[in-house]
Amino acid sequence: MAERQIRVLAIASGGGHWVQLLRLRPAWDGCDVSYATVHPDSASQVPGARFFSFKDASRKNKASFAIVALQLFRAVATVRPDVVVTTGSAPALLAILYGRLFGARTLWIDSIANSEVMSSSGLRARKLAHQCLTQWPELATDPVPKYWGAVL
Amino acid sequence: MSAPTATPQVFASVGSMFAFDRFVRAVDDWAAAHPAVPVLIQIGSGAYEPRTAAFVRMMPPALYQQRIAGAKLFVAHAGMGSIIAAIQAGKPLLMMPRRYDLGEHTTDHQFATLAKFADRDGLHTATTVEELHASIDALLADTGVPPAPIAPYAGEPLIGRVRAFIHGSDAG
Repeated sequence: MAERQIRVLAIASGGGHWVQLLRLRPAWDGCDVSYATVHPDSASQVPGARFFSFKDASRKNKASFAIVALQLFRAVATVRPDVVVTTGSAPALLAILYGRLFGARTLWIDSIANSEVMSSSGLRARKLAHQCLTQWPELATDPVPKYWGAVL
Repeated sequence: MSAPTATPQVFASVGSMFAFDRFVRAVDDWAAAHPAVPVLIQIGSGAYEPRTAAFVRMMPPALYQQRIAGAKLFVAHAGMGSIIAAIQAGKPLLMMPRRYDLGEHTTDHQFATLAKFADRDGLHTATTVEELHASIDALLADTGVPPAPIAPYAGEPLIGRVRAFIHGSDAG
């Protein structure tokens, strides 16, 4: 009997977060992957995959966070992922949290833009996610964040 | 919104997350002083609308990549999306960092990004409007060595270890 495919939710905010997530695509080859990001147009870059968009709510834009919380809960509840992978930013912490509620294993990869200190969301992810990575070896500490390499 | 009448030689972008009016105004001022050069700016949610340069708020990813590929020079904020897009397109990038004290980003990390990536072939930096103007002139006269081509995906071991995590065999 064929094993069920692993369900992966790959999620990132817009801009560089999303571009970095796309550079990791071979990591979930063979999995049942769903994507979530802020720009609906980004769906064209991941043809054939299930796609969710959520409102752009950075820390500069707190008012819309409740909407994002709802959108992300719906995405996670629909996908029921086995694994959540994210390259940030802040809203992705919610996807990690919801993913855990549904039993997913969760991976935070801090953006390569954070070369001197972890992002504030990344610092929170150290405790919230099952695994937490930095893309700069000099920022790696024991036990987390770890350094496994970089998207560039 | 004004549509570009010719293929933009200079394509400038604030990225896709926050406004960066100081940058948009600086590029637009450059365009006003160089009316023969077609300039297109992606201005995002900014309040300042260019008077000389053509501009769009946001464009779909395929068109965005086309604009970078078709331009002689790509000018952008010092964001990773722009840096990766320039490298993947093999196009010279002139980048200017957003300043936290002016409310242009949530931290000053773009200055760190600038320092980390300034050494790469084809990546150029400007920290002030004056430097930006001078560097656009210089790079249009001589674009120099373009960024070295890279694969479309991250390398091993990162891909391999993320794959292993997904398959549950490596949590450490």
